[in-house]
Amino acid sequence: MTEEQTTIEVGNDELLGAVADFRSQGYRLVQICCTALADSTEINYSFDKDYRFMNLRLTVRPGEEIQSISIIYWSAFVYENEMSELFGVRIRNIVVDYRGQFYRTAVATPFITPRADAANDTEKE
Amino acid sequence: MSFLSMTRNIAQNLFEGPSTRRYPKEKREYEQKSRGMIGIDIEACIFCGLCSRRCPTEALTVRKDRKEWEIDRLRCIFCGYCVEVCPKKCLSMANHYSPCVTVREDAIHLEKQAPGPAKEAPADETT
Amino acid sequence: MSQRNVIPFGPQHPVLPEPIHLDLVTEDETVVEAIPSIGFVHRGLEKLVEKKDYQDFVYVAERICGICSFMHGMTYCQAVEEIMGVAVPERALYLRTVWAELSRIHSHLMWLGLAADAFGFESLFMNCWKLREGILDIIEATTGGRVIFGSCKIGGVRRDIDDDTMKGIVGKLGSIGREIRHSTDVFLNDYSVQHRLKDVGVLSGEDARSLGTVGPVLRASGVAMDTRKIGYASYRDLKFEPVVEKSGDCHARCRVRVREIFQSIDLIGQAARKMPSGDIAIKVTGAPDGEFFSRVEQPRGEVIYYVKANGSKNLQRFRVRTPTFANLPAMVKMLKGASVADVPNIILTVDPCISCIER
Repeated sequence: MTEEQTTIEVGNDELLGAVADFRSQGYRLVQICCTALADSTEINYSFDKDYRFMNLRLTVRPGEEIQSISIIYWSAFVYENEMSELFGVRIRNIVVDYRGQFYRTAVATPFITPRADAANDTEKE
Repeated sequence: MSFLSMTRNIAQNLFEGPSTRRYPKEKREYEQKSRGMIGIDIEACIFCGLCSRRCPTEALTVRKDRKEWEIDRLRCIFCGYCVEVCPKKCLSMANHYSPCVTVREDAIHLEKQAPGPAKEAPADETT
Repeated sequence: MSQRNVIPFGPQHPVLPEPIHLDLVTEDETVVEAIPSIGFVHRGLEKLVEKKDYQDFVYVAERICGICSFMHGMTYCQAVEEIMGVAVPERALYLRTVWAELSRIHSHLMWLGLAADAFGFESLFMNCWKLREGILDIIEATTGGRVIFGSCKIGGVRRDIDDDTMKGIVGKLGSIGREIRHSTDVFLNDYSVQHRLKDVGVLSGEDARSLGTVGPVLRASGVAMDTRKIGYASYRDLKFEPVVEKSGDCHARCRVRVREIFQSIDLIGQAARKMPSGDIAIKVTGAPDGEFFSRVEQPRGEVIYYVKANGSKNLQRFRVRTPTFANLPAMVKMLKGASVADVPNIILTVDPCISCIER
């Protein structure tokens, strides 16, 4: 292993508290990433301090709304706008909200095609 | 803080001559390892189709029944994967690009094996 | 109360290498706010991973960006190798380091040329790109391609550099280094360059840290953070320190990149001396199952790849967060209070690689 990576699962109500803890300890936000699973969406918030990598994992059910962390880390607005536009995650109180105009895709939420399509493709190959 | 720090460069450029190649009078010399167009020794090919399966851009088509090997040169990304996986090592990579074409269909290059006696039986293969 | 105007900047602009759109809200000649808008070169490469075999995907990962192409391929291979627990041979790690540093030198030289072009110094721009040709020739002689190297694969590298060639490369880099110094001295010392770049677009260390900035932009504001210190590839055996400048303005970012060129030449010399002999690749079979965050220092900063696999030959999720994406908020912050004539300079010193932002 090149480096040790710690992942902590959090719930929707613990998210802001955990993020604020990281902020006060001096961690910087590395990235926010979204994965579309079969029946839910998994969001990873990554932080780093002095090359020590920490990860918060939040699982969101479809239709559930989450709070934006851009009030704590201002730079998170870029990631959150991208997530809400490509994956359809509902986030409230983003500091700079593009309201769906960040990427201006022709198809709304293009990254969450139903998994059945992908399964059909792999069977044909 | 200096005012004339670029003078040395300018003087050098004045006396060195142009830095660009006078193409087409001077042709480009490719390096020995440059990746370029794919060539095939069609007589050695056994039409297994491994190259066309591994090609990332699907530029190769292999038809075993008609003993044809076809490459779409404009789709090829010169990665060299086909050359690596060929079991008979009949594919090779030249060090220059393919010549340019004016119509897209001219880029598709077909090689057909001449009809002749059947290839040696698989039991004779040492690889 | 002066009137506010909105000036559109981009997507087509002579100074921008790639399309990005900014709405500059100005009062007289001072920018009050900048609102970025991206999406002009979005290719949806993250979705392509569901259709391509994970070993073939290296070719796609390399083509996310033309300038940082090798490091994208390397980060992807690293991520999959960590998931599968593959032990890459030492020689392959050293070769990857050499190519990564060559990639960094060519990217910084290209950036120096573009920055000179942004403030109008065309002859310096042409000089820097002429020097870059020497590096591209070395790269073509060893990997076969000038920009897209095609030499990384899962399990190692595809081509070897023999020891004589390696010695030749180190010698050639020494002489190229002396030539580069003539051009970089202009950047560091010339009065007109300093007049254009000093005290423009200042980003304090505190702001840089809290905005999540990475790369030379962060190091020019006084924060010593270089992802190479994690020790991937063979960097744990090489001696180097992050290049730091304190002033946080455009000239400091320029100085950081100039010093990094010479640091890379030194690192290649170190790697050439320490390179062990052995295999260059290990055979990899099966499919990955697991997840990993892989981080590499690209010329523009820290890139992070999140790869999640579930045992099939297609990956489940592939996410790239490139350094320019992380520097976007910092760029927006730097533009506040700048004059309209300085906007191209500031945007270029962040070294935007928009095709990386939008994969």
